[in-house]
Amino acid sequence: MTPDPAPAAAPAAADATDPLLVVDGLSVSFATEEGIVQAVGDVSFTVGRGEIVAIVGESGSGKSVTAMTLMGLTRSPNARFGGTAQLGGHELVGASADELRRVRGAEIAMVFQDPMTSLDPVYRIGDQIVEQILAHEKIPKAAALDRAVALMERVGIPHARERLRSYPHEFSGGMRQRVMIAMALSCSPQLLIADEPTTALDVTVQAQILEQLRTLRDETGAGVILVTHDLGVVADIADRILVMYGGRIVEQGTLDELFYDPQHPYTWGLLGSIPRLDGPLGVRLPAIPGTPPSLLNTPAGCHFRPRCPEAFDRCGEMPPLVARSPGSPGHCDRCWLEPATKRAQRETDGRIGLRTEGTVIA
Amino acid sequence: MTTDGAAQGAPVPDHPATAPAAGEPVLEVRDLEVHFPLRSGALFGRSRGVVHAVDGVSFTLADRETLGIVGESGCGKSTLIRTLARLTDATGGEIRFRGEDITHAGRRRLGPVRRELQMVFQDPQASLNPRKRVGQILATPLRLRGVGRDAVAGETRELLARVGMNPEHVNRFPHEFSGGQRQRIGIARALALQPQVLMLDEPVSALDVSIQAQVINLLDDLQQEFGLAYVFVAHDLSVVRHVSDRIAVMYLGKLMEVSPASELYSRPIHPYTDALLSAIPIPDPRRNRARTRTVATGEPPNPIDPPKGCRFHTRCPLATDECATTAPPLRDFGGGHLAACHHPMNLSAAAAAPSSPSAASR
Repeated sequence: MTPDPAPAAAPAAADATDPLLVVDGLSVSFATEEGIVQAVGDVSFTVGRGEIVAIVGESGSGKSVTAMTLMGLTRSPNARFGGTAQLGGHELVGASADELRRVRGAEIAMVFQDPMTSLDPVYRIGDQIVEQILAHEKIPKAAALDRAVALMERVGIPHARERLRSYPHEFSGGMRQRVMIAMALSCSPQLLIADEPTTALDVTVQAQILEQLRTLRDETGAGVILVTHDLGVVADIADRILVMYGGRIVEQGTLDELFYDPQHPYTWGLLGSIPRLDGPLGVRLPAIPGTPPSLLNTPAGCHFRPRCPEAFDRCGEMPPLVARSPGSPGHCDRCWLEPATKRAQRETDGRIGLRTEGTVIA
Repeated sequence: MTTDGAAQGAPVPDHPATAPAAGEPVLEVRDLEVHFPLRSGALFGRSRGVVHAVDGVSFTLADRETLGIVGESGCGKSTLIRTLARLTDATGGEIRFRGEDITHAGRRRLGPVRRELQMVFQDPQASLNPRKRVGQILATPLRLRGVGRDAVAGETRELLARVGMNPEHVNRFPHEFSGGQRQRIGIARALALQPQVLMLDEPVSALDVSIQAQVINLLDDLQQEFGLAYVFVAHDLSVVRHVSDRIAVMYLGKLMEVSPASELYSRPIHPYTDALLSAIPIPDPRRNRARTRTVATGEPPNPIDPPKGCRFHTRCPLATDECATTAPPLRDFGGGHLAACHHPMNLSAAAAAPSSPSAASR
């Protein structure tokens, strides 16, 4: 990796001594009629103060389950958890329901993908924000209302005081998402989890919301976990990236490490399969063959092995998530290939992508 | 449907209508209008206004061409493509297929035309009958085309193989497939009638990136092999740019710009196109940081009461008084690059003098 310090990563480095969130060996499985679904396995990562960490992956990669487990939203009688998640002295995975209720909303808050389904359609916007504030703090309702107005103004909702009395359906998608963000910020959480916050929005509105998230991060110093499938959004806003596949982190590193020195063949494939606005025209996309694995019956060893053109004997054994180049200790991946081999194999037609042969029988 | 059609480079042989000289438009659309009246009562209510979903759209589609249509939600792109497939009726203007006016063609005249204009929908889950096996889903259009009882089974298998699926899966139900495979089935169903034009309404939006790339490559192969023309509607400009020869940018029911794919990113003429492009993050951190981006403020206005003059003037950084009063016509700025704007951007000296106001011709 060339020494190209990512300016955006600077706030994280300043507080790196004491990460905000430490997730260690997190695993989540669900017992279903068909068998055990191993949704998340052996996931470990940290989030620093003021750092935006993106979790990237396709559907079924375990990215949302990871995020929701931190909020305690995956708890159900058929779920089994392993590992720990420490947020400033609070253990999240093993917390009792009461403990979790105190932490949730106050220390850790979440913004969901679809703001229409996550706002209650029969209550006014103002009341919904106030409810969360009053649940955590003993202050008069008038003070809570004032704070709601301040929050709405802060996330860019015009005429906030009048709009307190509006219902969710009177807001556009972008405005609803701003309400969700305002609500998430209402008790100044240390950690904000945003699960595909802009997926349901138009691109011009998406740009506004991302700008908003960035500003809030700078102002509040909260850590942010951004769950997304959109590598463009990641390139725009994240400081660090975790790439998940089949319930495991397959690669993690800074923005520049992941985009310019990707180590795992799945990451190559992911980078190769997105058409780029500034990319060459008239070329084939180096797609990843096959389909993601079922989490009911994950392949033994590396989960990407059945789709990987680089697979060899050793891939029958699960590779550990370790740093493979001494220069960048934070850049880890789960692949047995030698770094030199990876560098040689990851380019197709002069750009990063997974090499493939012919049409693939899916 | 034989696979060796590609080798000859000729259009599908059993199309009597495919013979005309190259360059003759397959589809011609002139001043197309689709307005939906809004009524306040259930049956006899007073009219409360009109949604201007599509308002004066003109373009042509040539043989083997891919015309991409992009825009934000509510811009009328889906209504437009549904009207072209005659799933929605136009309230004004005309649609010509191979010179024949089909705008108001009745069922009998529409039958043979529908065979040539097939549609692929966004959500393959919703557009495939869950109670029918794949073989039955594909057999219906095959029989409509007049394939004999004995040949149907063979053709079904051939179709499945052609879209990259295992022909052994003819007896499976749609729910037994993944999203990407279901979309392949949707494409196979459209191909079964040997159409000349495929209308693709957000065909890859519901798919994961790695699968999306597979389907894009498949569409590319099929176009080469069968000499198809595509109308490709999507909100993802990067995808549209990758697949299209020409791109039409829509905003509030009107065409803002029609550009060759190669010029759209490098030389947007309409400020709306520029804002749209700016809003899209590029999955390349360094280039993304290096870009100068203009973030459009606000959100698209209501199509029930679209702004007078240029529809974008309320959000446009270059708007003047003229824009608020006079709607600019779609003008040719050279090289088949059209835009409807009083203050065009990125004009080379040669193209600065616009030719006569004209409909989108090539």
